[in-house]
Amino acid sequence: MARAHKYDVIVVGAGGAGLMAARYAAQNPGVSVAVISKLYPTRSHTGAAQGGVGAALGNVSEDHPEWHAFDTVKGGDYLTDQDVADAFAHEVIDAVYELEHMGLPFSRTPEGRIAQRKFGGHTRDHGKSAVERACYAADRTGHMILQTLYQQSIKDQVVFFNEFHVLDVLIEEGTCRGVVAYELATGELHTFHAKSTVIATGGNGRMFKVTSNAHALTGDLTSIVWRRGVPMEDPEFYQFHPTGLYKIGVLLTEGARGEGGILRNADGERFMERYAPSIKDLAPRDMVSRAMFLEIREGRGVGPDKDYIHLDLTHIDAEIIEERLPDITEFARIYLGVDPITEPVPVQPTAHYAMGGIPTTIDTNVITDGENTIVPGLYAAGEVACASLHGANRLGTNSLGDLIVFGRRAGIHAAAYAKGADFEPLPTDAQDRSRAVLDAVRGASGSERASHVRRDLQATMMDHASVFRTDETLSKQVEILKELRDRYRNVSVEDTGRIFNTELMEAVELGFLLDNAEQLVHAAQHRTESRGAHSREDYKDRDDDAWLKHTLVHREDDGSVRIEFKPVTLGRYEPKPRVY
Amino acid sequence: MDTVRITVKIKRFDPEADARPYWAEYPVEARPTDRVLDVLNHIKWEVDGSLSYRKSCAHGICGSDAMLIDGVNRLACKLLVRDVGEIIRVEPIRGLQVIKDLIVDMEPFFDSYKAVLPYFINDDPEPARERLQSPEDREIFDATTKCILCAACTTSCPVFWTNERYIGPAAIVNAHRFIFDSRDQGTAQRFAGALGEANGLWRCRTAYNCTEACPRDIPVTRAIQEVKREMLWRSA
Repeated sequence: MARAHKYDVIVVGAGGAGLMAARYAAQNPGVSVAVISKLYPTRSHTGAAQGGVGAALGNVSEDHPEWHAFDTVKGGDYLTDQDVADAFAHEVIDAVYELEHMGLPFSRTPEGRIAQRKFGGHTRDHGKSAVERACYAADRTGHMILQTLYQQSIKDQVVFFNEFHVLDVLIEEGTCRGVVAYELATGELHTFHAKSTVIATGGNGRMFKVTSNAHALTGDLTSIVWRRGVPMEDPEFYQFHPTGLYKIGVLLTEGARGEGGILRNADGERFMERYAPSIKDLAPRDMVSRAMFLEIREGRGVGPDKDYIHLDLTHIDAEIIEERLPDITEFARIYLGVDPITEPVPVQPTAHYAMGGIPTTIDTNVITDGENTIVPGLYAAGEVACASLHGANRLGTNSLGDLIVFGRRAGIHAAAYAKGADFEPLPTDAQDRSRAVLDAVRGASGSERASHVRRDLQATMMDHASVFRTDETLSKQVEILKELRDRYRNVSVEDTGRIFNTELMEAVELGFLLDNAEQLVHAAQHRTESRGAHSREDYKDRDDDAWLKHTLVHREDDGSVRIEFKPVTLGRYEPKPRVY
Repeated sequence: MDTVRITVKIKRFDPEADARPYWAEYPVEARPTDRVLDVLNHIKWEVDGSLSYRKSCAHGICGSDAMLIDGVNRLACKLLVRDVGEIIRVEPIRGLQVIKDLIVDMEPFFDSYKAVLPYFINDDPEPARERLQSPEDREIFDATTKCILCAACTTSCPVFWTNERYIGPAAIVNAHRFIFDSRDQGTAQRFAGALGEANGLWRCRTAYNCTEACPRDIPVTRAIQEVKREMLWRSA
């Protein structure tokens, strides 16, 4: 295979956002498009999303995009950019219909319309009660979105480079000119020359010990572009999903609570009544995860070590569970040996979703500072990006909506730019940085195993920078990250082969993951308030006067970290105390 | 939790070093609730970093880690140590070329999948909102929408082992998902193509291996028979 490629638009990542971007870019006659993924596209983690995609279709009860926008802003603890939330809440309705027109097999209402159910933080008329907004396909909505978009890409004859691992984004003199990727099957580097590059590579949850995220979610691109001068926006806002399977973190959809599931402590008490009297178990995820942590801390956790909570579905009709929640029922049976129909399921908060990411405009252009200076030719969408739709805390179902709405926008804008632009010349040393990344591991002679450094990273991030944080824990983690970085320099690999050297790739991914942890910890230490998913025990209140602003974490050339801020785009919703 | 001592035998092959595959043995401590994938990870992370296999989601939804475990196609992330014996034998899935250790060439598998036109076909103008479909019509093809393209079914099929050009159960399952979707109009096109050809649908000899292998509990053989029946009705 030739090792130099040229496409008008390159999409990195083949989950929901990447496939949607490719589809829209390819609809422009004369625009060549290719998708690069380190996995086969159908392995992407969009496929693990379960509960639904939120859109105000009103198929079950009255709903309006304005209510959805409000819930998104309030759910985001007012850090959400309100122009983004408005555009999103309107466009996601169309995007859901578009998925249905592509054949997505949504579950159906008796009238034959797309079925909708309740989900955390989604309410009727600005918080009055929970509303059925989540459009679902049983509890495998993400699987069906991923499959449907991949099926369409076959129909559209999209070009894929599968199992190609991107190691560098070629940002030269302020513009993006393509990427360099490592072909797993051969161990060779390939240069992809492009007018537009779309980054859609998902999250970085593997920096935490207990996570719902796939092994592949190591924040590669959030590290790569950071080292190329692009800051990270709001990385301190990291979501812990309340209901991960005890110890292993596998996700149990919030849809289980949408269907009536209840969280109970060791006393059997429905404790969410105390924390969120109006919508109880369907409060936003940050609030529920904190409540669970507090119950456990105060000695009301379940089990011999009093360290988990019960998700109780036993009062729900068995037929409803089997029909609407079949996958999670199977997960509980297989992994914990617990049958949700007859027994409560042990759960604990699990690292789930990065609200922050590569900063973009509402049109998905990547920006480099608080003045919204764009990088021509570079776009980002989906979890890897921060538009900022989710603010300080994402509502359930808004991730799938984000993928299809902003994936689409990325495809449209990347293609439009490519049509009017020339190929900027590639530097002669285009592969140098990528080779250096590989050689740093291949050439190392140290005795350290990447797996041990990663294990310690995951355990310490969980202890010091997860649901609750203080200056003390974060300062400690800053020091630990320095030690881990030193140890990383001593990581070597046993496998010296070229063909499918997965050991080498895991070590490279760990290097990326360390950058992601650093971004998060520094931003979290800086933000001396509690907002959304960022909960500081030494600064318990939200402080709008000082902190109603986005964080931009820059990496300086000497490796130090610089923090800048960017104003939040407000709108019709004035920041108010967030009670449910 | 107490650990148990198990021996993992893995059929290994490094194309850059080995003339032919060989069995390697790894004695390890594992918890009964560990996934076989956790055990493989333990070997890779603590014993031999060169052990190669695909993995991603680790809970049976991405389809990366289908392998032959104790003679049966399984997802390594969906099988627990407590459900296997003290000796576990792990091999690559059969019928696809082994590239390295447990990694096989998936391209022929995806080519067969693509050949059945596994996408929604409906040339009517799109309505302003959703196309309507009754819950009953939706239920007819529910099982086959669960496919994760892991290849466990196809690589358990004796017909596929002897004829690598047979499109295989996974491709037919994905054709079923559209043929029995009340909104789809592409059935004639699909039957006129790969499904109806010599290495298509009719190669199936109803061995039921596919049904037993499916980690998603799709009644694969039944789905194949339904597609066969549909083709007969249409040609009658």
